[in-house]
Amino acid sequence: MNLQAEKRNIIGAGLLIGLIAGLLVIAGNPANMGFCIACFIRDTVGGLGLHRAAAVQYLRPEIMGLILGSFFISLLSHEHAAKGGSAPLTRFLLGFVVMIGCLMFLGCPFRMILRLAGGDWNAFSGLAGFILGIATGVFFLNRGYSLKRTYNQPPLEGKLLPALQLVLLVLLITAPAVILFTKAGGGPGAKHAATVVSLGAGLLVGALAQKTRLCMVGGIRDAILFREGKLLFGFVAIFISALAVNLLAGNFHPGFANQPIAHTDALWNLLGMYLAGFGCVLLGGCPLRQLVLTGEGNTDSAVTVLGLAAGAAFAHNFALAASAQGPTFNGKIGVMVGILVTLIIAVSNTVKESR
Amino acid sequence: MIDARGISCPEPVIMIKKAMMNQAAEYEMLVDNRTALENVTRFAQHNGYTVKATENNGEYTLKICRTKE
Repeated sequence: MNLQAEKRNIIGAGLLIGLIAGLLVIAGNPANMGFCIACFIRDTVGGLGLHRAAAVQYLRPEIMGLILGSFFISLLSHEHAAKGGSAPLTRFLLGFVVMIGCLMFLGCPFRMILRLAGGDWNAFSGLAGFILGIATGVFFLNRGYSLKRTYNQPPLEGKLLPALQLVLLVLLITAPAVILFTKAGGGPGAKHAATVVSLGAGLLVGALAQKTRLCMVGGIRDAILFREGKLLFGFVAIFISALAVNLLAGNFHPGFANQPIAHTDALWNLLGMYLAGFGCVLLGGCPLRQLVLTGEGNTDSAVTVLGLAAGAAFAHNFALAASAQGPTFNGKIGVMVGILVTLIIAVSNTVKESR
Repeated sequence: MIDARGISCPEPVIMIKKAMMNQAAEYEMLVDNRTALENVTRFAQHNGYTVKATENNGEYTLKICRTKE
């Protein structure tokens, strides 16, 4: 496929994904949250009882759909392959701290764009931090940072996390007593589109993101690293169509104060997304990309997703997550420790080329 | 021959970028996934090279040659 076709495809996919995200809000998802990988993983672990923050407990079908959509389409195009073994524990830890960063900002990079498309200008400080974090990661990439290579794994390895999504789907639909659901009116966990709508949206976006290699971090990273704009176009396309849907549906409310599921602390929005950007460059992709790669059979990404999930559970159990009232004291420590941990991982995995 | 098998994004492109610093007319690279194939091809084309890829059992050998003016 030539460059023009690739660009056209990713712009088309971005426009469609932004449209779907805007429509999900109309269909019942929380405001400015058609998709949020961080929040939705957090909601899902809440539904499983791994944290007890009652306002955010719901097994999100979007996450299941994203992984399964990527899984099915990669099987069809023979791109599915079980591969892994590239520093899995380090990746788990990076996933863990990236989640802490995202929950400080109250969004993953995908939601950051959707918040901007909803007029939540607090997301600008998040974007600034995100870019700085990516630039820091690029600094280490240029100096030889690497988590070494992946290896072929037994085929079942690459199918386990996708299979788990089917289990989660069954749990969501059958709703046994052990699965927790935020009560109606009890918080963002109670705001969701119908299961079939959320699942369908996830499947479609997962397939599109797999085909186009869409990645929020990669867009800015490749612009800095190689002056290459392809992924960035997808990023911008999502913003444009989500903005259009919001304007048409009356979901665009520009400003800083009283934004839905957001706070106005610019410094900590910046630092939270700095951690997310830095960590995601070291991981080789944003949380959305990690879900898509998991669907493709990449077990390192699967481990990263488990790290994100663990981070979400701990964040709520240890009061690290922010809220509309702002960051918590523990959360600030969490983010600072997370940045330090990420720095240590970056430095110790960077080999200075002394040839 | 630059062996980028098993190497994840964005390292394959960083590897070819570093290799291209010595301005050779031709490079050969080995990758084992389509994303790396696409990324390296795009980068090489951006920088004035043509890429010929041959597939062999899920691995791609890339012949990257400077485009004749």
